[in-house]
Amino acid sequence: MTVLVGYVPSPEGEAALRAGVDEARTRGETLLVMNASRGDAYVDRGFAQQKDLDQVRRDLTELGVDFDIRQVVGGRDAAEEIVELAGSSEVSLVVIGLRHRSAVGKLLLGSSAQRILLDSPCPVLAVKADY
Amino acid sequence: MDNLNHLLEGFAHVVTPMNLLLALIGVTIGTAVGVLPGIGPAMTVALLLPVTYGMEPTQAFIMFAGIFYGGMYGGSTTSILLNTPGESSSVVTAIEGNKMAKAGRAAQALATAAIGSFVAGTIGTLLLVLVAPLVVDFAVGLGAPDYFAIMLLSFIAVTAVLGSSRIRGFASLLVGLVIGIVGIDSVSGQQRLTFGVPQLADGIDVVVVAVGIFAVGEALWVAAHLRRKPAGVIPVGVPWMGREDWKRSWKPWLRGTAFGFPFGAMPAGGAEIPTFLSYATEKKLTKHPEQFGKGAIEGVAGPEAANNASAAGTLVPMLAIGLPTNATAAVMLAAFQSYGIQPGPLLFERESGLVWALIASLFIGNLLLLLLNLPLAPAWARLLRIPRPYLYAGIVFFASMGAYAVNAQPLDLFLLLTLGLIGFGMRRFGLPVLPLIVGVILGPRAELQGRRSLQLSGGELSGLLGGPVSYVIYAVIVLVLAWPLVRRYIVRPLVEQRA
Repeated sequence: MTVLVGYVPSPEGEAALRAGVDEARTRGETLLVMNASRGDAYVDRGFAQQKDLDQVRRDLTELGVDFDIRQVVGGRDAAEEIVELAGSSEVSLVVIGLRHRSAVGKLLLGSSAQRILLDSPCPVLAVKADY
Repeated sequence: MDNLNHLLEGFAHVVTPMNLLLALIGVTIGTAVGVLPGIGPAMTVALLLPVTYGMEPTQAFIMFAGIFYGGMYGGSTTSILLNTPGESSSVVTAIEGNKMAKAGRAAQALATAAIGSFVAGTIGTLLLVLVAPLVVDFAVGLGAPDYFAIMLLSFIAVTAVLGSSRIRGFASLLVGLVIGIVGIDSVSGQQRLTFGVPQLADGIDVVVVAVGIFAVGEALWVAAHLRRKPAGVIPVGVPWMGREDWKRSWKPWLRGTAFGFPFGAMPAGGAEIPTFLSYATEKKLTKHPEQFGKGAIEGVAGPEAANNASAAGTLVPMLAIGLPTNATAAVMLAAFQSYGIQPGPLLFERESGLVWALIASLFIGNLLLLLLNLPLAPAWARLLRIPRPYLYAGIVFFASMGAYAVNAQPLDLFLLLTLGLIGFGMRRFGLPVLPLIVGVILGPRAELQGRRSLQLSGGELSGLLGGPVSYVIYAVIVLVLAWPLVRRYIVRPLVEQRA
């Protein structure tokens, strides 16, 4: 079984990663770090660049967790990718970061966190940036 | 100073609230499309052309001029921040600009690009005011054979000089000429390539061709290559420059202008060659050679000035002779024609009000661009986060609407799609688009001049050799065409002998 972390290169994403590491340790499970983008815009802040991923890899190796990093550019939202992965029998828990969104922002772009919370078939742990 | 009087009249014409608003809309749209890779000013002018049918020609051209200059500004933003040039003219800017941004000097790079563009654009437009009437004086004395020769030179130049492959350039030009031929022959009245379709007798409207090739072709191409790894954002503050940056920038700006303007004014100049020359020069002259390749401000200042000056230069042959030297100028010429305005040396005389208002609006647009770009650079960078399906859905919508609006006949929509597929195929096989569009626009006019010369000479081929001007031009054409052979059999052996 594995703990799935929805990672984005931001304070919220880092917080989710920290929480994910704790959870994986207490449960004695592996960690799966997931980053995804639709890949249809020229710039996507949620898409982890190589140096972000390298940093994550270094940190996790240092912490001694058994982990795997997966990055997807498949034309689907990060939320959809994570919900689908959460449906597999491998995943026991999803960890995501939460942040405040304005009503207009949610109206225009939707909230990935909300979609994961509502649609994920397995339990979801949501943490704030200052966790 | 007759020209200055005309120019002042032009300013008086432009400074009305409505025209200023249109200039502002133009530069805003222009910057936006310049920022977005793949969407250029040529495509935008083509898309907006049908929208402007309800306006006065002067107002439409004030807007188009804003888009043209704005596109040149905007291209630098993506080059610097993303290393993805928005326009071919900002390829060189990306070399040093992106390095500067990565070193945390994005604000300075954007500032030197914007201010350099302003300086070069203003000087370039002033030169346009001085040079264009001289070119007109020269061009008025030319006869049909001379025009025919100039247009031939223009064909040869855009195909053989620009672009990586001559074969591809000529293939593209021939496709353009064939599209331009469709319709009733104006001399003999025969139908050519109409396949019995009555709507084709008037020929294929240039707007449909331009929108199909630029907009639909690009949309199909993007749709086929939609998934790619998105880049991260480089944080941008408001652009600013320190004293040291000013000191290192002003000379490259002036030198860049000196390269850009003449190249823009030449039939095959374009912006690519002068930006590259400017970069090479700055690299040679710099006092900080160790910084080149790691983010030297001179390498941004020079090429950015060069591409804006060349944009101003492009307008010289466009307004004075009716000769397009880049894609945007080509589409703007098509716009002249669709308003029933005959481009050529008589333009300054017949449409004096329009021409000088257009030139005056260039000065104003340039100033607006500086005001718009310095404080708003971070906002422009955000445009890059828009998912491309949203953008291209809008573009295809405007394209179809525009193509239908031209003649209000469904056939144009089929033509649009067919031309879009041709445009897609050209991108797939690396055919440049410019020769095609120049072929479509200049082809019928070259044919007209060529046949007029032949009619005058009673069918004697010698009638095509009008006078000294056409002798010189044909000599240049032969030289351009024979250049690869000359280099292979004469220049290279000579160099090897010496070595």
